[in-house]
Amino acid sequence: MNEAKQRPWQSVALILGFAFLYTPIAWIVYFSFSGDLPGSSGRHFSLHWYRALLANTELSEAAYRSLTLALLSSPIAALLGSLAGIGLARRERFPGRSTMIALLAIPIFAPEILLGFSFLMLFAGAEALTGWSHGKGMFTLVIAHATLGTPIVASIVFARVSGCDRSLEDAARDLGARPLRVLATVTIPLAAPGILSGWLLALTLSFDDVVTSSFLAGPENTTLPMAIFSGLRVGLDPQINAIGTLMVVGVAAVVGISFAAIRIYNRRAGDPPDHGARAPLEPRI
Amino acid sequence: MKRSRLTLVDRMTIAIPFTWLVAFLALPMLSVAALSFHSVADSIPPVAPLFAGPHGHLALNASMRGFRMVTEDPLYLSSFWNGLTNATLTAAGCILIGFPLAFAISRSPARRRNLYVLLAILPFWTSFLLRAYAWMGLIRDSGPINSILLSLGVIHQPIAILYTPAAVLLVMVYSYLPFFVLPMYAVLEKLPADLLAAASDLGARPAYVFRTVTLPLSLPGIISGAILVFVPAVGEYVIPELVGTSSTMMIGGILWDEFFQNRDWPLAATIAIVTFGLLMLPALALRRWTGRVGSVSL
Repeated sequence: MNEAKQRPWQSVALILGFAFLYTPIAWIVYFSFSGDLPGSSGRHFSLHWYRALLANTELSEAAYRSLTLALLSSPIAALLGSLAGIGLARRERFPGRSTMIALLAIPIFAPEILLGFSFLMLFAGAEALTGWSHGKGMFTLVIAHATLGTPIVASIVFARVSGCDRSLEDAARDLGARPLRVLATVTIPLAAPGILSGWLLALTLSFDDVVTSSFLAGPENTTLPMAIFSGLRVGLDPQINAIGTLMVVGVAAVVGISFAAIRIYNRRAGDPPDHGARAPLEPRI
Repeated sequence: MKRSRLTLVDRMTIAIPFTWLVAFLALPMLSVAALSFHSVADSIPPVAPLFAGPHGHLALNASMRGFRMVTEDPLYLSSFWNGLTNATLTAAGCILIGFPLAFAISRSPARRRNLYVLLAILPFWTSFLLRAYAWMGLIRDSGPINSILLSLGVIHQPIAILYTPAAVLLVMVYSYLPFFVLPMYAVLEKLPADLLAAASDLGARPAYVFRTVTLPLSLPGIISGAILVFVPAVGEYVIPELVGTSSTMMIGGILWDEFFQNRDWPLAATIAIVTFGLLMLPALALRRWTGRVGSVSL
C-alpha cells in the first residue's frame, strides 16, 4: 500500500538530503588524491598525501593504538551487551530491571564529556582511596570504551531477540535442554546477527572516540582521533584527507561484508532475508 | 506461566552486565556528585579531602562553592545558555532537514527504502571528526562554497562562515542528523497508508492531508527524534571547539577548560552534575511520551 508513485517533491527531498550528507565525504576523498593543498587551483592526481601518511610514524603509531583499543574493548562490549539484551528481552520482571534500563540509557543519552569526566573521577577516586593505580593508560581506556559500547550492543540485541519467537526456546526446554544449552544453542544463534552488528558499532565507536580518550589517555597513549583532533586545532592538514579516505573505504568494506554475512546467515536460518539485515541500521538509538 | 522462576543462567545473564554497569557507570556518576562538594587543594589530585579538620579532628569539609559559581557567575550562566540554545537550534535544524528526508524515504517504493536508509546511515559510520574536518575545508574563506557564491556573483567578497556560531550550527545539524532521521523514519514507515488514502479519497487536498493526518501522527517521532538530538548536543565539545569562536563558550568547553586548564576538579564536577540534572528532564519527558528509551522498551 505504501507503493505510492514517486512525486517530484520526494525526489527533491532525497537529492538535497543525500547531497547534504555526502558532499563533505566526497570532498575528503577528492582532495586526498590531489597533489595540491585543498582549494588551490592547479589539480592533478597524486598519491603524495598517502605517502606522507605512511612516513608519519606518530600517526601510524596512534592508528595502531586505536585499532588495538577498539579490538580489545569491543568484544567486552559485545559480551556484556548481548547478555544484557538477551536478559531484558527474555525476562520481563526481575529485581533491578528498571535500574538496568536506566543505566543502559545513560551512555546513549548523556553528552560524552560528562561520561569521560566521570570515568576519570572514578579511577582517580579509586587511586586516592586504595592507592591502586594503573595511571592513565590502556587499561582504563579499555574499560571506559567497553562501557560506552555495551548499551549499543544491548539495544540492538534486545531488538533482535524480542523480534524472535520465544516458542523456539520453549520447545528446546520442553525437550529437556538445560538452561545453559538453550542459551548457547537457541538464543545466541537467534541473536547472532544483532550481536555482530552491535559489535561492529562498538568497534567503530571506540575507534572514533576522542572525548573520553582525552580524559583517560596520558600523553604517551595518544589515540588516532586525539592526534587528528590536536592537528585540526592547529589548522587543516591534507594528510587527514588521506586518513579519512582510508577510513571511509574501510568502513564501507566492513559494513558491506557484515551485511552480506547477515543476509546469508538469515537465508540459511530460513528468515526473510530482510529481517536481520536491518539490524545494523538501528544504531545508537 | 511457568517461566516466572529465574534459573541460574538467567541470573548470570543479568548479573554480569548489571555489575559492570554499576561499577563503571553508576559509581563514576556518584563519585562526580560527591566531588562537586569538595574544595580545591594544591595537591595531586587537586582536591581537598571531604572529611578532614585541623589538628587531626574529623570535620566535614564540604563546600558549595561550585554550585554558587555555576548559579551566580555570568560566565557559567552564559555557557549554559549558549549550550542549550545551540542544542535547541540543532534539533530544529535536524527537524527541518531530517523530516522531509525521512518522509521521502518512507514514501519510496519498498524495494528502494532499505537502500535509502542505508545511505542515510552510512556517513554516520565514518569518523565524525573527519566529517567536521571536511566542513572546515568546505566553508572556509577560500573554500568551494565561497568560490561558488563569488563566481555566481551572489557575493563580492568571501563571507566568513568558519569560526562563527553559524558554522557550529551547520556542522552540528550535519553530525546529529542520523539521530533524528532514524526514529523519524521508524514512525513514518508505520504510518497507516490506508488512513492517508482514505483522507484523499474523501477529497482532502495533499496539503490538508499532511496537516491534519500525517503531521499529528508523526508528532511522537518528531519529538523523540528532537530529544535524541537535543540531549547529547547540549554538552557537545568537539564541534564548537573546531569550527566555533571562543567568544561563545558552551557547557562542554567550560567543563573541559575547568578540568584541563584550571585544574578545578570540583567545579568541573559541579558543571557535570548540573548539566546531567538539566538533561534528565527532557529524557524523562521522552520516556513518558513514548514509553521507550533508546530501542529498549520500558
